Amino acid sequence: MVASVGVTRAVVECRGVVKRFGPRVAVDGLDLDVPAGLCFGLLGPNGAGKTTALRMIYGVAPATEGAIRVFGLDVATETRAVRARIGVTLQENALVEPLSPVENLRIFARYHLLARAEREARIAEVLDFLDLRAFADVPVAKLSGGFKRRLAIGLSLVSRPELLILDEPTTGLDPAVRIALWERVRELRDAGTSVLLTTHYMDEAERLCDRVAVLAAGRVVAEGEPARLIREALAVEALEVEVAPQAEALLLGGLDGVPRVRSGRQVALFVPDAAALLQALRGRGGEAARLRAVVRPANLEDLFLHLTGTRLESGEASAAPAAAGGRA
Amino acid sequence: MSVSPRHALAVWHRNFAMYRRTWKLNLLPNFFEPLLYLASIGIGVGAYVQGMGGTSYVAFLAPGLVAVSAMNGASFEVTYNSFVRLNFEKTYESMLTTPVQPDDLLAGEVLWAVTRASIYGGCFFVAVAAVGLAPLPGSLWALPVIPLTGLLFASMGLAFSLRITSMDLFSFYFTLFLTPLFLFSDVFFPLQERLAGAWLTLAELLPLLHPVRLMRHAFRGEASVVLLWDVGYVIGLSALLLGLAGRTMRRRLGS
Repeated sequence: MVASVGVTRAVVECRGVVKRFGPRVAVDGLDLDVPAGLCFGLLGPNGAGKTTALRMIYGVAPATEGAIRVFGLDVATETRAVRARIGVTLQENALVEPLSPVENLRIFARYHLLARAEREARIAEVLDFLDLRAFADVPVAKLSGGFKRRLAIGLSLVSRPELLILDEPTTGLDPAVRIALWERVRELRDAGTSVLLTTHYMDEAERLCDRVAVLAAGRVVAEGEPARLIREALAVEALEVEVAPQAEALLLGGLDGVPRVRSGRQVALFVPDAAALLQALRGRGGEAARLRAVVRPANLEDLFLHLTGTRLESGEASAAPAAAGGRA
Repeated sequence: MSVSPRHALAVWHRNFAMYRRTWKLNLLPNFFEPLLYLASIGIGVGAYVQGMGGTSYVAFLAPGLVAVSAMNGASFEVTYNSFVRLNFEKTYESMLTTPVQPDDLLAGEVLWAVTRASIYGGCFFVAVAAVGLAPLPGSLWALPVIPLTGLLFASMGLAFSLRITSMDLFSFYFTLFLTPLFLFSDVFFPLQERLAGAWLTLAELLPLLHPVRLMRHAFRGEASVVLLWDVGYVIGLSALLLGLAGRTMRRRLGS
């Protein structure tokens, strides 16, 4: 593979990847480049095909169609070589509960055939990096959820991977633990590790990921830097207005070209200056003068809703995306 | 099948590390079971049993129970434990994110089950040898039969455990399969004296019969051509079942 100047080398390349389970299509023509040295987020609601895509990328599930290369290697034929250079943290922690973190790390280091001296050095490194020292010899069963998750991530770091794959790294964790884990992931990225993660938390994607791909029904529907994607598909700001569907035409009419997304009683309108829009709407007088509204930055969740008409974290379908506004 | 021995050993090591921590809970109860049979049936009931061709009943019973303890050791490992590792603890799934491949995994699991069978069978052999039921050194030929028995029941258990999707089905495996084997495989009474010709031929299908016959011949220090058939049966059936288990494992983990 030739890496041209100015273009980042891709650590993962998916071309036309399809995965079928019988009649069900889980991944439907996935084209994806994960650049080296970045934190890349694969976003989508539950069932969008994120985990299936990851399983094909680390070579445990064969693609029905298409080609996947990791570090330029065909993952279908050079699985072992690829796996030696990656670390994967599954959605569910797979820890040996009666054993300690050190013993768990040793087990994983053995899967990578690390010799004893190397093994112990890497284990010490991981314990320090994830602040697990104090619990190094306690049975895992006695650790809190946050520490178990740290250890699960630690297992995938013991081989010093060039690419770290995290499937829903912070699902079910409390906010402080999530923030601490994000910081660790950033440190890894800054030290040169490429990171590919899936999440259905938009705050996680926005704060952590340099680039994201939005996955819906097994396809990439948008891909790029989060802020830029939002700006281009929607706008920088959102005006969130509480308005019943039957009053929408009356109160929010005449705004052609302004992207909007409804969810429940809220309609979000996307414009460069939301305060000015609110002022203009209230200036129409009558009921509009009493509009209840919030001005906030547009976010990835808005984008996702706009692209798919699906609420991310609940997975519940809401109203179809507004006709106005261009698609990414 | 293409197994990387070092990766298979890493899988073995995972189970070994776990076992070292929990053996008091796991090993002891299962280990005592055949000892209890030896005491109750062998010594207790055996006192009323005559006509075992010159030996005591307890001496007749001992070799069969060595095979049974090896069968138990392997079976406990590859039934509930393997099922939990596959379905609940996601152990196999996490192994397959590393350079470990499905065939290495299977080999490591079998090797571990054989190890556990050898620990059970070995300890039991030492126990019966200590009370003079295994004439030494001739009966040392029983030792290689122990891992062979483990291999057979590890393969059988894995082929079953990887296929089923509900843990409840293990009660069928134990109660309707292993228990009848235990009761009717030449362990408690000599089959050839109880069964007529055609039935005797059919009985050759019973998996446990072959390790028991090998074991009994070893204890008596006798050799026979039929033992070649026994060894062939054990190895052949193990290979067949492992092939089946491997296919199931690749299907369940690799899709």
